[in-house]
Amino acid sequence: MAAPKKSVVAKEAGQEKANESPPEFTKAQELAALRDMLLIRRFEEKAGQLYGMGAIGGFCHLYIGQEAVVVGMQMALKQGDQVITGYRDHGHMLACGMSANGVMAELTGRRGGYSKGKGGSMHMFSMEKNFYGGHGIVGAQVSLGTGLAFANRYRGNDNVSLAYFGDGAANQGQVYESFNMAELWKLPVIYVIENNRYAMGTSVSRASAQSDFSKRGASFNIPGKQVDGMDVRAVKAAADEAVAWCRAGNGPFILEMQTYRYRGHSMSDPAKYRTREEVEKVRHDSDPIEQVRSRLLAAKVTEEELKKIDAEVREIVNASADFAQRDPEPDVSELWTDIYR
Amino acid sequence: MPIQVLMPALSPTMEKGNLAKWLKKEGETIKSGDVIAEIETDKATMEVEATDEGTLGKILIPEGTVDVAVNTPIAMILADGENAAELAKAPAPAAKAAESAPPAEAKAEAPQPKAAHHPTAPASVSEPEPEVPEGTEFITQTIREALRDAMAEEMRRDGDVFIMGEEVAEYQGAYKVTQGLLQEFGARRVIDTPITEHGFAGVGVGAAMTGLKPIVEFMTFNFAMQAIDQIINSAAKTLYMSGGQMGCSIVFRGPNGAAARVAAQHSQDYSAWYSQIPGLKVIAPFSAADYKGLLKAAIRDPNPVIFLENEVLYGHTGEVPKLDDYVVPIGKARVVRKGKDVTIVSWSMGMTYALKAAEELAKEGIEAEVIDLRTLRPMDTETIIASVQKTGRAVTVEEGWQQSGVGAEIAARIMEHAFDYLDAPVARVSGKDVPMPYAANLEKLALPSVAEVVAAAKAVSYR
Repeated sequence: MAAPKKSVVAKEAGQEKANESPPEFTKAQELAALRDMLLIRRFEEKAGQLYGMGAIGGFCHLYIGQEAVVVGMQMALKQGDQVITGYRDHGHMLACGMSANGVMAELTGRRGGYSKGKGGSMHMFSMEKNFYGGHGIVGAQVSLGTGLAFANRYRGNDNVSLAYFGDGAANQGQVYESFNMAELWKLPVIYVIENNRYAMGTSVSRASAQSDFSKRGASFNIPGKQVDGMDVRAVKAAADEAVAWCRAGNGPFILEMQTYRYRGHSMSDPAKYRTREEVEKVRHDSDPIEQVRSRLLAAKVTEEELKKIDAEVREIVNASADFAQRDPEPDVSELWTDIYR
Repeated sequence: MPIQVLMPALSPTMEKGNLAKWLKKEGETIKSGDVIAEIETDKATMEVEATDEGTLGKILIPEGTVDVAVNTPIAMILADGENAAELAKAPAPAAKAAESAPPAEAKAEAPQPKAAHHPTAPASVSEPEPEVPEGTEFITQTIREALRDAMAEEMRRDGDVFIMGEEVAEYQGAYKVTQGLLQEFGARRVIDTPITEHGFAGVGVGAAMTGLKPIVEFMTFNFAMQAIDQIINSAAKTLYMSGGQMGCSIVFRGPNGAAARVAAQHSQDYSAWYSQIPGLKVIAPFSAADYKGLLKAAIRDPNPVIFLENEVLYGHTGEVPKLDDYVVPIGKARVVRKGKDVTIVSWSMGMTYALKAAEELAKEGIEAEVIDLRTLRPMDTETIIASVQKTGRAVTVEEGWQQSGVGAEIAARIMEHAFDYLDAPVARVSGKDVPMPYAANLEKLALPSVAEVVAAAKAVSYR
C-alpha cells in the first residue's frame, strides 16, 4: 500500500471546485462553528481519556479531525430535518444539540445516558432532536435514512433527512439499493459520505474501484459533489445547495466530504496502515478548527475571546465526564425493560 | 386414439380451478398453440393453449364448472383421420385422472380441517373463539381474501399504515394477497418496490422509526434473508438500544415454508429463526379467521412483527367472523380439538398434519388434543402446559428442521414446567434434516406426514 504522501484532503480527482474559495462566514457564524467544533473535539479527547482509564468499554470511535463536516451540515438544517449516522456518532449527536452529559453517560454505561446505558457509544437516539442513531452495522443507516426521507414524503412535509456514512460503507450493496429507490421516488435525502480515507485500516485506493464518491450516484442520476470537508464554510455552502435541492422535491443529493480522522478507527487501532507524518501533515495544514481560529484572529477577534469559548467548552466537557462517572449504573431491572412496548 | 386435454396447473400449489370459458367449439380445428379455454383460480385467470393438433372432439367439462381438479380430463382432441366414434375407445377419464391427482372431492377435503366451525364436526372439536360474541355470522373466505381484508380495514382505519413490496400494487400481489388495494388506496400507500429486499426492508424500518406503520411484504420469506440484518439489528433491537425511546411498529409478512416443487432455495421454514429474537413478535396462523384477526393485531402492534403465511394455505377457505373489527390477540394459542390422551402442538401448515392425524387416532380410540400455537413469540406456554398436565404426552409438528427448532423449544418448556406430568418423552415430527429436494417423491419424504404424526402419537402413548 502506498500511503498518499503529499495530498492532504482536498486532493486529486475532480477537485476544480475545491480551489474556489467558499463564501465567507459572518463573525457570528465563525464563532458558532468554532464553538461547536471545539465542543466535539474536547468531548472526544475526554472520551478517549476515559476509555484509557477503563471508564468506557467496548468500541469507541472518535470523530476528531472530522468536526467541520457535521457542524457545517447542521448549519444548513431547519427544525424537523433528521439526522442518522453510523457508529462514529458522538459528533453528530452533539451537533444535533444532544446534551454532553447524556452522551458521555451513555459511553460510560450509566442510567443518565441517552439509552439508559443500554446502547453505548454506537447506539444513541433522540426523538426530541431528530437524531435517529447511532447504528453499528456498516451501511444499514443508509437504508434507514432513506426511510426517514420516505416518511417525510409520505407525510407531505418539506423536511430533509441526512444519512451520513463513510467511504467504507459506500461499498455496501444496500447503499445502492437505497440510491435507486431514493431517486426513483424523489426522496428528500442527502447522502453525506464522510470520506476520511480509511475504512478501518483499508485506504480508499485499496477498496474502491471508483474513488470519486460524488460519482457513486451517477448510474441513478443522483447529483453529487466533492467538498473540502475540512473547511466548515465549504461544507455549509455545499449543504445549503443540497438542502435546497432536496427541499424543492428534486430527490436525493450526494455530498462527498473529504475529511480525515486523526485518531485510529477505534481505540484498539494498530496505526500501521498510515504514517505518523501523514496524520501530522493534515493536522498542521488543514485542521478544521485551526482554520476558523486563524480566520477569527485575522479578523481581529482577540485571543481572550477565543479562550473564553475554549473555557466554556471545557467546562461542559468536564462536567459531562464528571456526571458520567458519578451517575449510577442502570438499575438491574432495566435488563428486562424496553424489549417490547 | 383421441388425445385427452387435462386440467392444467397454473402454479405449483394449484389444486383446482374453474373452467371459465371454452374458446373453441366441438368440431373446430385446433392447431398447436391455439388458446382453447380460460381457467380461473382465486389468484389469476390464465389461458389454456393446445399442445396437440386435430379437431376438438368432445368437451368433457362444460364452461362454468367450478373446482375442477388439476389433471382432470377436460376435452378430447381427435387426430387427423379420427372420427367421433373413436371417442368411445378412449380410457375412462376418471381413472386416468386418479393416477396423478386425487379427484376434486377427495383433494378438497384433505388438507382442509374445517374443524373450527364445521357443522358436522363432533362437538369436542369445536371450541368457540372467546373473542367472537355468540350469534356472530360467519363468512366463507379464502385465507388470501382474509389477509387482504385485514390490510384494507387497517388502512382505512389508520392513514399511517401503508404496504410496500415487490408486485404488491399493479400486479395485484405475486400471490394476489394485495388484490384491489392499489385501486382503493392509491400508489402513495400501496408501493411497488424494485427487487431490493435489503434496501426496502431498511426503508420500511426507517419510516417506522418516525411513527409510520409499514406493512412490508416479502414475496417469500426466503428472500427476506437478504433483509434479515435490517429486521433483526435495526427493527428488533432499536427499542432496547434506545432505552425505550425509539421503537418500530412494522409488519414483515409473506409466505413462509415449503410451497410445492420449488426446491431448496424457495422452501424453508423460518419459524425458528425469527422466534429466537427478543424484540420481535412472530405469528404463524393456520385458520382463515386467525389470518385476518392476527394480521389486524400485528398491524396495530407497536412492535416489529414477523407474520409468517403459507402459500399452500392461501387458497384454503375458512369461516371468518363477520364483525366490523375482528382482532385476535397476539400470544394466545388455541385448542382446536379437545382430547385427553395426547397433546399435539403445531401451527400454520403443520396443523394440517396434526388435525388429520387426530382424526386417524380417534378411529383407534386415541383422543388427541390439538393446539394451534398461532403465535410463536411470545409463546403461549400456559396453554401447552395445561394440556400436557391433562394428557401426560406431547407431540410437536413442524415443517422446519429439528435442530434448534420450535419443536425443540416446546419440548424444553414442557420438560421445565411439566416434567412430573409426562408419561413419555416428548416426540418431535419435523421436516427432515436436508435441503428441500425437487423430485415429488423426495419432497414428500422431506416434509412431515400424517402417518408420522400418528406414529409419534402412538409411540408416546406406548401403543
